[in-house]
Amino acid sequence: MSAQLPKTKGIHHTKGEPLVWLTAMGLTIGLVMVASLLLVIISQGVGVFWPKRVTRFVLPDESGKRIEVDGVVVKRQLKTAEAGKAPIEEIQIYTGNREVYSLAFRYLDVHRITSESLPADALLIERLENGNAIGTPISLKTGSSTGLPAEDPSFRSGLAKAIEEASARRSAIDHLEKHVIGRNAAEISELEVRAKSAAPDRQQALEADIATLKTRYQELAAEAKRLRKVQNEQSLEYRLASGETRTVAIGSIIDHHYPNQLGFLSRFGRFCENLWNFVSERPREANTEGGIFPAIFGTFVMTLLMSLLVAPFGVLAAIYLREYAKQGPIVRMVRIAVNNLAGVPSIVFGVFGLGFFVYFVGGSIDRAFFSQCLPNPTVGTGGIGWAAMTLALMTLPVVIVATEEAVVAVPRGAREGSLACGASKWQTIQRIVLPAAVPGILTGMILAMARGAGEVAPLMLVGVVKLAPSLPLDLEYPFFHLNQKFMHLGFHIYDLGFQSPDSEAARPMVFATTLFLILLVIVLNLGAILLRERLRRRFATAAF
Amino acid sequence: MDQITSKPIVSAPAEAPQTGRDSGYVSIRDYDFFYGKQQVLFSISMDMPERQVTALIGPSGCGKSTLLRNINRMNDLIDGISHRGDILIDGKTIYNPHIEVTSLRKRIGMVFQKSNPFPKSIYENVVYGLRVAGGYTKSQLDQACEEALKSAALWDEAKDRLTDSALGLSGGQQQRLCIARAVAIRPDILLMDEPCSALDPLATSRIEELITELKKDYTVVIVTHNMQQAARVSDRTAFFYLGKLIEYDSTLTIFTTPKQKQTEDYITGRFG
Ligand SMILES: Nc1ncnc2c1ncn2[C@@H]1O[C@H](COP(=O)(O)OP(=O)(O)O)[C@@H](O)[C@H]1O
Ligand SMILES: [Mg+2]
Repeated sequence: MSAQLPKTKGIHHTKGEPLVWLTAMGLTIGLVMVASLLLVIISQGVGVFWPKRVTRFVLPDESGKRIEVDGVVVKRQLKTAEAGKAPIEEIQIYTGNREVYSLAFRYLDVHRITSESLPADALLIERLENGNAIGTPISLKTGSSTGLPAEDPSFRSGLAKAIEEASARRSAIDHLEKHVIGRNAAEISELEVRAKSAAPDRQQALEADIATLKTRYQELAAEAKRLRKVQNEQSLEYRLASGETRTVAIGSIIDHHYPNQLGFLSRFGRFCENLWNFVSERPREANTEGGIFPAIFGTFVMTLLMSLLVAPFGVLAAIYLREYAKQGPIVRMVRIAVNNLAGVPSIVFGVFGLGFFVYFVGGSIDRAFFSQCLPNPTVGTGGIGWAAMTLALMTLPVVIVATEEAVVAVPRGAREGSLACGASKWQTIQRIVLPAAVPGILTGMILAMARGAGEVAPLMLVGVVKLAPSLPLDLEYPFFHLNQKFMHLGFHIYDLGFQSPDSEAARPMVFATTLFLILLVIVLNLGAILLRERLRRRFATAAF
Repeated sequence: MDQITSKPIVSAPAEAPQTGRDSGYVSIRDYDFFYGKQQVLFSISMDMPERQVTALIGPSGCGKSTLLRNINRMNDLIDGISHRGDILIDGKTIYNPHIEVTSLRKRIGMVFQKSNPFPKSIYENVVYGLRVAGGYTKSQLDQACEEALKSAALWDEAKDRLTDSALGLSGGQQQRLCIARAVAIRPDILLMDEPCSALDPLATSRIEELITELKKDYTVVIVTHNMQQAARVSDRTAFFYLGKLIEYDSTLTIFTTPKQKQTEDYITGRFG
């Protein structure tokens, strides 16, 4: 007997070791995958904002004629031209000037390039339309005069000043058209609705008011038109690498810089500026240019709204299930059903949200309170409120399960101590059980938020749009527009990647947007985690 | 009523003595108790006089905690329980359907085997019972807190750290805090279920001193496994065995001249 003892020990030893390795390998593979995912997204996403040099390539075209082209190198790759032949190296360059070359990207065979140089005065112009232009400046013209030539020492400061003024005018026009004229139009239509149903003696007064407002509208529109005309008074003339001369109105230039003259610090400055613009600006040109601010904001507001909705419902439901419902087959079945709800595909929730919230609830509210606006729906259409409710429903099981677990984990001693002091059951739940369960509940909320913020499919049915005209939360009464359509980072990624006219141009934006979606989820989760840690420290049991 | 009969050993007065105010005279009458189908208390009848310490002793699983937890109806929380017989406090049944169980528990403080302070400040722990009752001003709460901590002999140690978490106290301090929490609601009766079993000898002797002090104001019922403790602190001792009350008499009698053989065996440690 005693001779066998070391043997069994030996077996145990050799059996345990490979299992340890196996588990460690599983963890390592998982970590490597997550790390490489983040690495790809960060490198691709951040690279978008780093200003790159413009190279001038000289090469013969198919007919042997010499052509010159300016562009930013995007990547080098091997391509198999014909079967059986060795692959040849090619580079992809970003040429900009979409309206001239019809595409913003071009591939060049490396072996045909005869020379590469960095033109010192290459200018990169960010325009309102047609993306960026790359060229050599010729002159700054006012009207049809010859204007200020690029060789003039005051040219650069003159151009910078003109573009700055144009930007200021642009935001003035924007404010005028979006807010002042918008409010005016809203007042007019409101008065018109009232005039329809008003008594005849009131009608006259209302019509007079409408007339005043309409005159005011004329004045505002004229002012906007005047400003727009000023925007086009000055223009920049520039030459492409091919020699062609083109002009662009100063009013449609957003920004400009000389990429080959930037030192490291000024490149870094521009990098930060690009990053900030991307975060803070609205998208332009079918979302392929500009920023993603409305999408970040929409995702943030929707996720917070969803959390505010799901937390009370989930917590109350879990408390009822655990504390009040008589534990038996029915409660067990409810619990199984709730758990299975977590596995229902999200699009199913989207369909339910559309059918129930939007059409049924929204439609009924419209018929009851906004019948004068029908058939145009007021709340009976997709909006951020319905979207938040749909996602709240989707994430409800997560919160219920987490809360139930947290509530069960509250020690019996604490409950009995409270009851023995004469507290009622509800007082015990409120003062002892819930505070102790909050960290666990927050863990559930973190999971729910991560799922809710990344979900796209159901949102497409209940309120997400490619481009929302305004934000769901602003300074105009009633401040929070629950019936407003909104933009969402997840949908924005889909839209950029698969719905954009030039998917090549949009690809960097896809990565950059993905990066921000991840960052947003991380920020939201960090907030909840910090809150949880603070509460946990407060409830931590000290060792004797 | 049924076959299980066990004569009450102490002949109790039919009604509680009329002292003019609620004094916390507990009398248990022919009490049977069941967890589901399993009967754990068999026809218990005994009286616990006011302002005395009654000790419940007996081997593990004999139903001491169950009896104690029936006095403040703490066992109501458990599914499938049932009882026969009655428990009276100052002559009134605790099972009066017109009286909230919470108001019963406000008259009965309870201290548990494992100290269970709430994860709140020391102050909030002590005034918890008053807070849930409601209607106290800040100064009344302050005063009640001080009195309770003083009667639990914790005031000197805790007075400078009332806002600190109660979980930072030592084990013995935590148990005294639980006593302070129980007496803060000014109950008539104090139930203690092995209050010293998790404490070191020093902390235990402090709590024993405290119990002797507390009996001036409260009817104390204490479950203990420690014979010496029962002998030191209690006025009357009840010996239970397998859910039956074997012998109940003054502590001196139980420990010097027990009438039952089983009691003697248990006390002298000759028990299985
Ligand atoms: N919640 C419960 N459900 C079912 N049986 C219980 C429960 N609590 C205690 N019991 C049983 O009741 C009997 C008495 O237990 P208890 O009163 O705790 O004994 P003691 O405190 O004297 O050690 C034991 O047999 C125990 O198994
Ligand atoms: Mg016990």
